[in-house]
Amino acid sequence: MIILAAQMTLVLVAQQETSILSAITGPVIVMGSIGLLLGLGLAFAAKKFAVPKDPRVEAILEVLPSANCGGCGYPGCAAFAIAVVEGNTAVTGCTAASSAVNSEIAKIMGTVAEEKEKMVATILCNGGKSAVNAFNYNGPSGCVSISMVMGGQKACTYGCLGSGDCIDACPFDAMVTGDNGVPVIDAKKCVACGKCIEACPRDIIVLWPSSRKVVVACSSKDKGGIARKACSVACIGCRKCAKVCPVDAVEIDGFLAKINPDKCINCGLCASECPTGAIIDGIPVRPKAFIDTTCIGCTLCTRVCPTDAIEGSLKEKHTVIADKCIGCGQCVEKCPKKSIKMMGGVLSQQ
Amino acid sequence: MINSMLMWVIVAAPDGGEPSFSIAKMMAIIVSAIFINNYVLSRFLGICPFLGVSKQLDSAVGMGAAVVFVMVLATLGSWLVYHNLLVPHGMEYLRTITFIIIIASLVQLVEMILQKFSPALYDALGIFLPLITTNCAILGVAVLNIDDKFTLGYSLINSVAAGIGFTLALVLMAGIRERMETADVPEALKGLPLAFLIAGAMSIAFLGFAGLGG
Repeated sequence: MIILAAQMTLVLVAQQETSILSAITGPVIVMGSIGLLLGLGLAFAAKKFAVPKDPRVEAILEVLPSANCGGCGYPGCAAFAIAVVEGNTAVTGCTAASSAVNSEIAKIMGTVAEEKEKMVATILCNGGKSAVNAFNYNGPSGCVSISMVMGGQKACTYGCLGSGDCIDACPFDAMVTGDNGVPVIDAKKCVACGKCIEACPRDIIVLWPSSRKVVVACSSKDKGGIARKACSVACIGCRKCAKVCPVDAVEIDGFLAKINPDKCINCGLCASECPTGAIIDGIPVRPKAFIDTTCIGCTLCTRVCPTDAIEGSLKEKHTVIADKCIGCGQCVEKCPKKSIKMMGGVLSQQ
Repeated sequence: MINSMLMWVIVAAPDGGEPSFSIAKMMAIIVSAIFINNYVLSRFLGICPFLGVSKQLDSAVGMGAAVVFVMVLATLGSWLVYHNLLVPHGMEYLRTITFIIIIASLVQLVEMILQKFSPALYDALGIFLPLITTNCAILGVAVLNIDDKFTLGYSLINSVAAGIGFTLALVLMAGIRERMETADVPEALKGLPLAFLIAGAMSIAFLGFAGLGG
């Protein structure tokens, strides 16, 4: 049909005799008509063969990070967008999306996104150079290869091997090798996609709530003595942290302390108490509590303070001993008159 | 029109080519397109998908199937337009640009039709289908069919064989590259550099077919 129509137009042109003009108009008309007919044909086909598509898929795809990291469990962002529209997954299913993106997706879907705590991949080992080598390893690089030779070159069979499989696996460049040989994670870049967790042959990377800054950076289940010999910053299961914790957030599993992030209040007492330094306190400068003049002297705060940093007798205004205050904020919660405020402090190391 | 098309397919070219259809010539075209003048390894057409889609055997087969499909359609469309529209009006010089728009719109059309009537095949071919628009092997087949003065029947046979040759090269490459993934190769050669070396070696190997046609 295309050919016939083009031929007809050409016959009309040919009748107007040859000149330089027709030498140009001929090809122009041929190409023009071919283009026009193909274009019209495609436009017609696009209408005729249109497959009804949900416009929300496109809209969601537009706001997604498009890193195709697979953290959601679907092969790529497009598959995730389709799954969201079909209701197969939650609107907050994208691990790489910020809460703003999540609420945008929710808006497209006509629902409300539940606020989700931002998670950050965290390595539960700080061994690195502090961990003793059992033998010299000269084989191919890569944590998986190393771990297959007699359980790795480190005397500790639980800790980080330091060859950076997780760094290679990270699609967001959020990991770099730290000064002591253990990878460091940039909390701002990490989107908790879980690729590093899959890559780590030691299984020592976990997703940790970003608001919880105190971490037991050790995974050794060995008895205290053995763990200590293998690594100077190992958890030896001494239970000091569990005793000092004001909110019972530390549980001892065998010879390894574990912090329950749901209970932890970031007070950092356990970190200061730990004899080996296995607990890392991510808050360099803590805020201090201040009590203003509305204090009625109920003494509730003195009872709840884990370090006895608040002094003052009944019915008189209390004061905080700044040196003792660890900024845990327990008194703020307890105060019935809302007289206590936290001042100063730097919440993270960045 | 259908009658005359049938005549071309079975008998001869309208511009006075060989009058009859010979099995010997057909076999020669097939062997030539698959082995001797393999579009990828001897003519160096379609190198982009050859290196881009040869990481996994599955996708290589999918891409190959899509290319065969589109090659046949493109040959059909371009041959008919060339011999019925361009040749009668002495506009052979418009061949390249005409073929490009024909192939581009054909691929679009095929994509739409597949999506509508065979979503399974559409999903299987996936991204390969639109990628084929820019595959120069398709244009190469269409142009070389004209250069070799093939009849429509021979052209179609040539395009199928060329597609099979392309698939063969792609599948062989994918098979080798899948094995190379686990092989212990020097750090600097990992990935694409090694693929280029393999492609070169394969091309040399295919040079060995050169004597086959006699």
